[in-house]
Amino acid sequence: MLLIHCPYCGDRPELEFSYGGQAHIARPSKPESVTADQWVEFLYLRSNPRGVHAERWRHVRGCARYFNALRDTRTDRFIATYKAGEAPPQQSGSTP
Amino acid sequence: MSECRGKGGVLINRNLVVNFSFDGRSYSGFAGDTLASALLANGVHLLGRSFKYHRPRGLLAAGSEEPNALVTVVRGNEARSVPNLRATQVEIYAGLVAHSQNRWPSLGFDVGAVNDWLSPLFPAGFYYKTFMWPRFAWHRWYEPRIRAAAGLGRAPGGPDPDSYAQCYAHCDVLVVGAGAGGIAAALAAAGSGARVILCDENGALGGSLLDERANSQGGSDAAIWLRTALTQLAALPNLTLLPRTTAFGYFPHNMLGLCERITDHLATPAAGVPRERLWQVRAREVVLATGAIERPLVFPGNDRPGVMLASAARTYLHRYGVRVGSRVVVLAGCDAAYGVALDLHAGGIGIEAIADVRTGAHLVAPAAIAAARAEKIRVVERATVLGTSGRLRVNSVSLGVVAADGSVSNAGTLPCDALLMSGGFTPSVHLHSQSRGQLQWQADAGVFVPAAAAENERSVGAARGLEGLQQALEDGTQAGLTAAKACGLTPHAYSARIAVQEYSTRGAPGALAQPGARTPAKAFVDWQNDVTTRDLQLAMREGFYSIEHIKRYTTTGMATDQGKTSGLNALAIIAGSSARQVPEVGLTTFRMPYTPVSFGILAGYDRGDQFDPVRRTPMHACAENLGAVFEDVGMWKRAWYFPQRGEDMHQAVARECRAVRTGCGMFDASTLGKIEVVGPGAVEFMNRLYVNSWNGLAVGRSRYGVLLRDDGFVYDDGVVARLADERFHVTTTTGGAARVLGMMEDYRQTEWTDLKVWLTSTTEQWAVIAVQGPRAREVIAPLIEGCDLSAAALPHMAVARGTICGAPMLLFRVSFTGELGFEINVPADYGAAIWEAVRAAGQKYDIVPYGTEAMHVLRAEKGYIIVGQETDGTCTPDDVGLSWAIGKSKPDFVGKRSLSRPAMLASGRKQLVGLLTADPHVLLDEGAQVTATAGQVAPMKLIGHVTSSYRSEALGRSIALAMVVDGRARQGQTLYVPMPGGDLPVQVTAPVFYDPQGARLNG
Repeated sequence: MLLIHCPYCGDRPELEFSYGGQAHIARPSKPESVTADQWVEFLYLRSNPRGVHAERWRHVRGCARYFNALRDTRTDRFIATYKAGEAPPQQSGSTP
Repeated sequence: MSECRGKGGVLINRNLVVNFSFDGRSYSGFAGDTLASALLANGVHLLGRSFKYHRPRGLLAAGSEEPNALVTVVRGNEARSVPNLRATQVEIYAGLVAHSQNRWPSLGFDVGAVNDWLSPLFPAGFYYKTFMWPRFAWHRWYEPRIRAAAGLGRAPGGPDPDSYAQCYAHCDVLVVGAGAGGIAAALAAAGSGARVILCDENGALGGSLLDERANSQGGSDAAIWLRTALTQLAALPNLTLLPRTTAFGYFPHNMLGLCERITDHLATPAAGVPRERLWQVRAREVVLATGAIERPLVFPGNDRPGVMLASAARTYLHRYGVRVGSRVVVLAGCDAAYGVALDLHAGGIGIEAIADVRTGAHLVAPAAIAAARAEKIRVVERATVLGTSGRLRVNSVSLGVVAADGSVSNAGTLPCDALLMSGGFTPSVHLHSQSRGQLQWQADAGVFVPAAAAENERSVGAARGLEGLQQALEDGTQAGLTAAKACGLTPHAYSARIAVQEYSTRGAPGALAQPGARTPAKAFVDWQNDVTTRDLQLAMREGFYSIEHIKRYTTTGMATDQGKTSGLNALAIIAGSSARQVPEVGLTTFRMPYTPVSFGILAGYDRGDQFDPVRRTPMHACAENLGAVFEDVGMWKRAWYFPQRGEDMHQAVARECRAVRTGCGMFDASTLGKIEVVGPGAVEFMNRLYVNSWNGLAVGRSRYGVLLRDDGFVYDDGVVARLADERFHVTTTTGGAARVLGMMEDYRQTEWTDLKVWLTSTTEQWAVIAVQGPRAREVIAPLIEGCDLSAAALPHMAVARGTICGAPMLLFRVSFTGELGFEINVPADYGAAIWEAVRAAGQKYDIVPYGTEAMHVLRAEKGYIIVGQETDGTCTPDDVGLSWAIGKSKPDFVGKRSLSRPAMLASGRKQLVGLLTADPHVLLDEGAQVTATAGQVAPMKLIGHVTSSYRSEALGRSIALAMVVDGRARQGQTLYVPMPGGDLPVQVTAPVFYDPQGARLNG
């Protein structure tokens, strides 16, 4: 079971959280003005990296807030968690 | 007791005789014995039959790696029978009842042993090669028979009567394994102030410290050290000691699963004590002191009872005072076998010979040979084994000698009653590997050892390929101090010392040399799965190259063995047969559990009534009193129908429907999800979220709202009321309440942070009583104060506040039945009282409580969809006839952009229609498919499916809703529903069957 650091509550076990998919995918502010292809990309296309992945989590059985995390998909290690709306922290070293 | 029990035995108490039974015969042992040691002490070597060939098998090992001696222990009755326990880990108690497995009618004479004679028919992968035809026979004949013949023990004969506990624990340092390295690590870490948990799979702590020969003072240096260390451990308040506790799985972020066996070793467990406990331990640092497992040697006939790992014989002698034989031949693949031979010799056991099977001169330590010869033990160098004999116990071994050119010559046959083998020791890297730690091939020792760790863990001592107790102590100490330091503690100096004579445990994995390329007799690599050298070689001849494929094809290392005894030998044989090095062949994944765990601890408390939470409405008891039959909707218990005396479901539902259409019915709608959307941004929030426009909705009015996902598909629906300018009362489907709130929160928190809006679930704050039917107003009017119920003051979709029987009330004029209807919302605690009051008031109008089934029929008659029944996550509002709900002038709402994607506008989408069967008595199956023409054969062209199907009391016939390709354009057409009995013709109609103008709603 993963140990996840909620930026609001601290370290909590995975079963208090729900996964929210890839982070930093902004909904177009004027959907009517984007092309069908751009809209489909927003709706469906997600990255699936072997390495660091920015993703959303929700502390649904705690403070109920959404936040973002950088997780290495190879090791399940969390590099950082940060509040929604914040930019991902700079990582030292290379991203695979 | 027989001559098999000698002197000594540090774990047994000779003052306490324990009687037990095995296969119906009574035996006695001593307190502290395992079932294995007690049976050996009674001269019993035949303990099981092998998995596939039903060959007679005895003990191979003395620990949890035992692959042969799997037994069933029965405590009282069949429900308390536990199969597939390793006899080496079953501690005997007075009255223990154990049975062997996989034999019929008896262990000595087993009919299944015919498989051994027929073994040429059962090579690797024979299931895949045989039983190929006729095709239909697989399901009917072959599979049931194979399943009956396969498997080992039988499942318990009833629900498990025992209880199982679960707990979480946190610690600084978790140490797995209480041998020399583990105890040293625990003492070092705990001495530095760390909170430590030390667990060991055995009842007796000490590991191989228990296996040292006693000196002239009657104890070994190791035993004396152990005694002191255990006293120190027990005195440490910051250390939790868990014997009989197996660390079976290593999960992410240093969480380990431990299975603690609490009562299995007790004759009379106290009442109420759980049988086992699951520990989920989150450790900052982990020390793996899991030791090493001795490798068997691979030679023809190496599986006869009496053929055993050398270290096991030493364990039986020193821990239990048990002699595994009186004429023993030792097959030495490493120096440690000499140590065993010398110990046994000193214990009065006759050593016929030591056959040193090593041919690489660099592996052999002359000192060991010299020590053996000094004791006048015959040593045969460069030996190999050509075969063994003895049906139920080994009685001789045929040796060969390998010349420098590799040729093998016969070196005669030696009589023996035990054949001990040691191919070297394999570090137990299971947990390290489970944690995704890397492994490294150590060529000089012929083993894989832990390399880079992926978690905060380190392996110590034999588990990482070190040899000897002193090295283990030092390594464990260092690891314990390092772990404490990593937890931010100041390491507190600690040192330990043991002086014992030790021999190298390094050997070379693989099969022993044989004359000729192939041998007819069976040389086992994997005892548990009956895999031989020939099976591996056959797999490679058939083109299997990857170790992953060979493993699955031959089953080597599968099941509970997980490569404990078989892994390296299999790899070495595969490497040798394909001209590869072992690391090139690679390793298969070590899977949890390390040893099997019961389903009981995994289920824990979540059984029976505790399996899942149950949600009951405030009026649940009222419905129960009325004889309701309940159905599960999510976690809710909902009244399904209310049968009266002698009624079946169909009759009850018909009566309930009739009452609503002609008089009055009442219905518990409390399970509907309810969310309050409040704040200055509430209107804009609702505008952005729901398809409808909310600007024009007056306070005191409600509207049917439709919620899409951004992909344009219907996600939920429900009535939304505006209670104040900045306050909406949103209802959702019963099952959708949580996910709708989650979706709302997602947009509120992450997309529309500009809006000031608060969301609160009020589902359980309101009890909701729907009163529906032409007499509904007359029923409730006498109870209500402070609100005008007239059609003019409270028209369809109006909402009013008032009181009912003095209780505060929110009253909705809404209908999910198509009749005049009200939904009375009262604070939950008033629900039951108001329900009874409404029912009493309705008596003179013959009010009838109705359940969810009647609700479904009534709504289907009106063509009202249920999200999740008519829709399946691929339906647009237009598909289900809800385009009218969309606020056309809104620039955006969730899902709007998707509705103009080309695929959404194209023809050929499934649309909601009604279906009427040609025969009004025929009820279609929900989920049945629809075709355009009759008489099609598979694969048919399917153009739709039935989503709802009921007997309509109002129409006096069956009705159905369906999603059909271009369905609205097909009205009037005849389509077909193919069923096993033939095609059923159906007529396509509009989806509203009853009162299409809605006149009844507005009464």
